[in-house]
Amino acid sequence: MQRYILSKKNSITLISAILIALAFFGRFSLDNMAIFNWSLIIASILGVAPIAIQAYQALKVKVVSIDVLVTIAVIGAVLIQNYEESAIVTFLFLFGSYLEQRTLNKTRSAIKELTELAPESALKQMENGEFEEVDVDDVDEGDILLVKTGVKVPVDGTVLIGEGHINEASITGESLPVSKKVDSEVFAGSILENGTIQIRADRVGEDTTFGRIIELVEEAQDSKSEAERFIDRFSKYYTPAVLVLGFIVWFFSKDIELAITILVLGCPGALVIGVPVSNVAGIGNGARNGVLLKGSEVINDFSRVDTIVFDKTGTLTVGNPEVAEKEFYGKNTEEVLGYLASVERESDHPLAKAVLQDIGETTFSTVEETEVVKGGGIVAKIGVHRIAVGNVALMEKENVKLSEKAKKDVERFEKNGNSLVLTAVDGELNVLMGIRDQIRPGVKKDLQKLKKLGVKNLVVLSGDNQGTVDLVARELGLTEAHGHMLPEGKSAYIEKMQAEGGIIAFVGDGVNDSPSLALADIGIAMGSGTDVAIETSDVVLMNSDFSRLPHALGLTKSTSRNMKQNITIAVGVVLVLLASLLFSEWMNMSIGMLVHEASILVVILNGMRLLRYRLRE
Amino acid sequence: MQKGVIQLETLSCPSCMQKIENAVKGLNGVNQDSLKVLFNASKVKVDFDSETITINDIEKAIEDLGYPVVKSKVKSA
Repeated sequence: MQRYILSKKNSITLISAILIALAFFGRFSLDNMAIFNWSLIIASILGVAPIAIQAYQALKVKVVSIDVLVTIAVIGAVLIQNYEESAIVTFLFLFGSYLEQRTLNKTRSAIKELTELAPESALKQMENGEFEEVDVDDVDEGDILLVKTGVKVPVDGTVLIGEGHINEASITGESLPVSKKVDSEVFAGSILENGTIQIRADRVGEDTTFGRIIELVEEAQDSKSEAERFIDRFSKYYTPAVLVLGFIVWFFSKDIELAITILVLGCPGALVIGVPVSNVAGIGNGARNGVLLKGSEVINDFSRVDTIVFDKTGTLTVGNPEVAEKEFYGKNTEEVLGYLASVERESDHPLAKAVLQDIGETTFSTVEETEVVKGGGIVAKIGVHRIAVGNVALMEKENVKLSEKAKKDVERFEKNGNSLVLTAVDGELNVLMGIRDQIRPGVKKDLQKLKKLGVKNLVVLSGDNQGTVDLVARELGLTEAHGHMLPEGKSAYIEKMQAEGGIIAFVGDGVNDSPSLALADIGIAMGSGTDVAIETSDVVLMNSDFSRLPHALGLTKSTSRNMKQNITIAVGVVLVLLASLLFSEWMNMSIGMLVHEASILVVILNGMRLLRYRLRE
Repeated sequence: MQKGVIQLETLSCPSCMQKIENAVKGLNGVNQDSLKVLFNASKVKVDFDSETITINDIEKAIEDLGYPVVKSKVKSA
């Protein structure tokens, strides 16, 4: 019975609206007070039923909820035969909660879109070898699954048979399909655009990357800041206090009308819902735009950041060094390049990779007696020739004389921020290469946006030499640049800045800077979506997309402002209502309820604006 | 100890959370500290001792308050 009434709440709302209309029609057109009174009485009883049930259930678990206040107020109004008030108040309360539900669903829509991407079924290989469709919850690690074209990959797994192209946009934000073949890793929630594959399930359900992202976002939208916890504690005592106040007023004044009006006016309404609404809309906007924000505390802290510290390699730069400049000395260039490539082919040093990439097609020769000189390079023999590949220190050790021109070139290359690779054949310098990491396209513009958003210090910390770092800093317009930094040095620097009162965000790729990520007020991970960095950081930029950073900062500033607006609206409404009860003639229950419900809708609509937030150019 | 995740129909009033919290906390065999009622996600997460109480009992306590359960999942914690 109780459940039936609750499930018919919307119909009840509609019926009481019709009854109220009928009542006023009866009174003003037909001049019939009986129709007026009885319509309103029925509307009141019908309308208060679901509210009273909720109130009873709340009291059963020792909670004084808004329903309790409204139920007592309505019963009081009926007792003093003010049927007009009792009917209108119940109707407004029911209609208000209907609208609340509708609009709340809108603010949650962004996150709902994300969770709805979760795969629901899978084609699992049964004992007889056939594939059968099962619920994704029934898939265990080690099961063999079939994925057909156009279907979502149900779990994280490894391709066993077949190949195809997969759209991983739901994981990485990158919408270009990725080619997968045997032994490739595939991720739950990604879509197989062509081909057919069989995979082995490696991680299922909430353990998949997608499952973890969803869980993170879900927890984030409900995580509470200090201010919110305060509001919660406050409202726990506030509602009973209003009830007590109502009783005291009634006891001393014997004025039931006044007492029940206080009950309605005192409803906490917009206060409890204002902040969660901003929070969920802000986080939803982020999730849609490749920014994972972990909760409202993160939003508040991030919005106040005045210093952003960047790791260089892989964050400001692509993280993939390339040969930027080169000079040749002497003759036989082609031959020497072949020697150089042959020697570098044996090394796994990142600079060697860049050199090989630059030389491309060439004739390789057999390399003998390879000797790695620590902190210098490689010395080896090819046929009768002695080949030395490495930095200036190695050349000195090998007694290679640098000409005046070569010395000047070395100086220039270093000034331009290159790491140097010199190649000498039989003690003669032949090739000088300058290798440097390319700055990510668009970073300069993004950094300017950050400055416009009010970030005072943009700092780069790097393990590279000071010259390289200075160069990057100058090119990008950073305020500070520190080279020769080890991971400990980076975290020490952040501690120092914090001690000076700064609020620091650290942006890194999480590879070797996790201490700094954890230590900073806000740790921002450039995650490819599959990293552990997702877990340790406060903010994740999906798909390592640097350009999301200004959006993330702007969004947190807007969200934080939005929360404050909502708190102001809520508190303001209660104060104005109580004041007008004391100082004005026109305040009554119905107007109070109307204003309350309106204020709730206003804070929800205000929060909804965040869903459409975009950084202004 | 087992970990239960109960998906409810959309919650729309924050005072629902307080009601659900109190109702579930009052049950025997439920780990009170682990209880989380997620308002926006409309989910209840709680650890419970499967020898004293079943997930059905917890679901019933919530449904009795008037919040229909959509589905639930139990994992060993």
